[in-house]
Amino acid sequence: MTIDESRLDSIIDEYNAEQGSLISILQDVQAEYKYLPREALEYVAGRLDIPRVQVFGVATFFKAFSLKPKGRRQIHVCMGTACHVRGSKKVLEEFERKLGIEAGSTTKDGEYTLETVNCVGACALGPVVMNNEKYHGQMTPIKVEDLLKKV
Amino acid sequence: MKLKSGKELEAFRKKILAKKNPDKPCITVCGGPGCLARQCLEVRDAFVNEISSRGLADKVDIRTTGCHGYCEMGPIALVFPEGIFYQKLNVKDVGEIVEETIVNNRIVKRLLYSDETGRQVKIEKEIPFYKKQMRLLLSSNSKIDPHIFEDYLAIGGYTALAKVLTGMKPTEVLEEVKKSGLRGRGGGGFPTGRKWESTRDAKGDIKYVICNADEGDPGAFMDRSILEGNPHSVLEGMIIGAYAMGSNEGYVYVRNEYPLALKNVTIAIKQAREAGLLGENILGSGFGFDVKVNRGGGAFVCGESTALMASLEGKPGEPRAKYIHTSEKGLWDRPSNLNNVETWANVPLIINNGQGWFAGIGTESSKGTKVFSLVGKIKNTGLVEVPMGMTLREIIFDIGGGIPDGKAFKAVQTGGPSGGCIPESLIDMPVDYEQLTNAGSMMGSGGMIVMDEDTCMVDLARYFTNFLQGESCGKCTPCREGLLRMGEILTGITEGRGRMEDLSLIEDLSGVLKDASLCGLGTTAANPVISTMKYFRDEYVAHIRDRKCPAGVCRELITYGIDAGSCTGCGQCLKNCPSGAIEGEKKKPHVLDTAKCIKCGICYDVCKFDAVRKE
Repeated sequence: MTIDESRLDSIIDEYNAEQGSLISILQDVQAEYKYLPREALEYVAGRLDIPRVQVFGVATFFKAFSLKPKGRRQIHVCMGTACHVRGSKKVLEEFERKLGIEAGSTTKDGEYTLETVNCVGACALGPVVMNNEKYHGQMTPIKVEDLLKKV
Repeated sequence: MKLKSGKELEAFRKKILAKKNPDKPCITVCGGPGCLARQCLEVRDAFVNEISSRGLADKVDIRTTGCHGYCEMGPIALVFPEGIFYQKLNVKDVGEIVEETIVNNRIVKRLLYSDETGRQVKIEKEIPFYKKQMRLLLSSNSKIDPHIFEDYLAIGGYTALAKVLTGMKPTEVLEEVKKSGLRGRGGGGFPTGRKWESTRDAKGDIKYVICNADEGDPGAFMDRSILEGNPHSVLEGMIIGAYAMGSNEGYVYVRNEYPLALKNVTIAIKQAREAGLLGENILGSGFGFDVKVNRGGGAFVCGESTALMASLEGKPGEPRAKYIHTSEKGLWDRPSNLNNVETWANVPLIINNGQGWFAGIGTESSKGTKVFSLVGKIKNTGLVEVPMGMTLREIIFDIGGGIPDGKAFKAVQTGGPSGGCIPESLIDMPVDYEQLTNAGSMMGSGGMIVMDEDTCMVDLARYFTNFLQGESCGKCTPCREGLLRMGEILTGITEGRGRMEDLSLIEDLSGVLKDASLCGLGTTAANPVISTMKYFRDEYVAHIRDRKCPAGVCRELITYGIDAGSCTGCGQCLKNCPSGAIEGEKKKPHVLDTAKCIKCGICYDVCKFDAVRKE
């Protein structure tokens, strides 16, 4: 894909092109594209003057990054301990059944990405599911269908 | 405006306080993680609209604050000057609160907290959840808007910094912190003063002071709430620490999943810089220090000091062996000191009140208070701050209100994935670093996950093992391979393929993990397994020998069925069954075909007549 170099430059310059800011820079790049396009990674490596292998290493080491495009709607099922003891696994399995995909993947139409998250810190509401930025608390398998219907 | 001396800071504080009218009504809306998830901002906006549409904008302040702790009751609002505690608010309640409490000076009784006897409580500190707490760190949250610098000054912010920079030598600061007995709140519990001392004594002109805000333990959100609610207290602690250690550069490493903490600390740093509390020549002392913010990438292992520092250098967060401590060679191979959010937030309190005061709180070996996130199968979910040495029973039953739905307490898990499970027999144990370690668990960062009779301890051990296996960086073999095999064995047991000899195999593997792993993730990874095997061995045996899961959790070991006597034929289970395993006519007992059943448990959850049985 073609990337907007001037946009990348402005992100990189915000961090003075510091090598130590690689993770923050990649976060911002991902916020722009919703994933990390290969071309953008190569460009960042060049600008920060670090080997591509290091940039790729960081991009694949940290969970926050994705090398594949994400769906328009991102469903995050919290699998923190508080949610686990309140049955988050059953909720996740219902999402997997309803969407026909496994956690960590995107539906073929590019609409949904289903992911797990270690803890969102809203333990009082567990099990918690995040639909894009919105929290849904006290989730149960039977609430899954309604949540998916909501736009 | 740059404050050039301690005197200017005090003069500025006086000006702020002179402008504040303590009798002016103020509606304080909690904006902590739990309340945010319950749409508290809509409630806040409703207050703003209501107040302005009544032309009261000049007469009433509205403040959005950090977490008040009582997440179970969110959204929460306090109405000052009295401090009336309104709970479980809805946008529809706002008009009534403004009309009754603000305009007519009356209480809206239906929105008050009522205890189990039905007695209504008006003020926060009279509520059982708050009564036994000692909220040295958290109580400031409800008094300040984290975006307003003047709010922090109004509650005495940066007095400790001024005291240090205008009247104490770095060695005196160090001694004060050492004598206070403060220990790291992030996991290991290492004495903070000694840690500082080794960084100060290390050779090198450039030294780093780092705040670990990569709170990765699932079920823990203490640091998030402090950093979101009172970011200046953390910065103040860091500046004081930097002065004691002779450091001029600092970092705050914030967890990526905490965007609000990131935002609030970034704003606070900007404000502190503008006020001359960060940067060169702070308060005219000649001492300079500045802080940068870095974001984590969602890796649990980055809570480990060397992994965190690797990540700050823009590298994958892999730990290294610590033959040489990070206090000597840490970030960019320079002396570096790492403490977590809560540790830093304690520092201004110690300086302001004196080490003797701090050392007077807590137990022989553990001083001060500790913030715990009390979550799981507990009535009052939330953040609690108690003096070290309070018993688990007091925390779980007096503050936490015990177990919901009339279930029995089974165990409490402390210390995150590196911690262990503490059974009911030890519930009168006072909580401090040593006691928790002796019980096979640890303080960790302060997660406290309560479990009831419906929690399977083998499943929980499997959960933590799988979590850690996923988070293992893969650099060292014992952790990478050991956790994988441990997970396989535990999964086998939960799926009915366990053998009795698996138990000794787990013990062997645990020993290897503990002795041979590179970093703390691996060396403590077996704690959840070992502690559950120690205290709940009969559950393991039931899974292996009897092929039964006593708690009814492990899917392969349970079967669902419908009790014809209790089934009313309401059709709820049939309607919701995803695999078409249930049949039956309306108003007649239904039948479950175990061959088609995928054991998702939905029928069990939806049945209102307890007719679906698990065996």
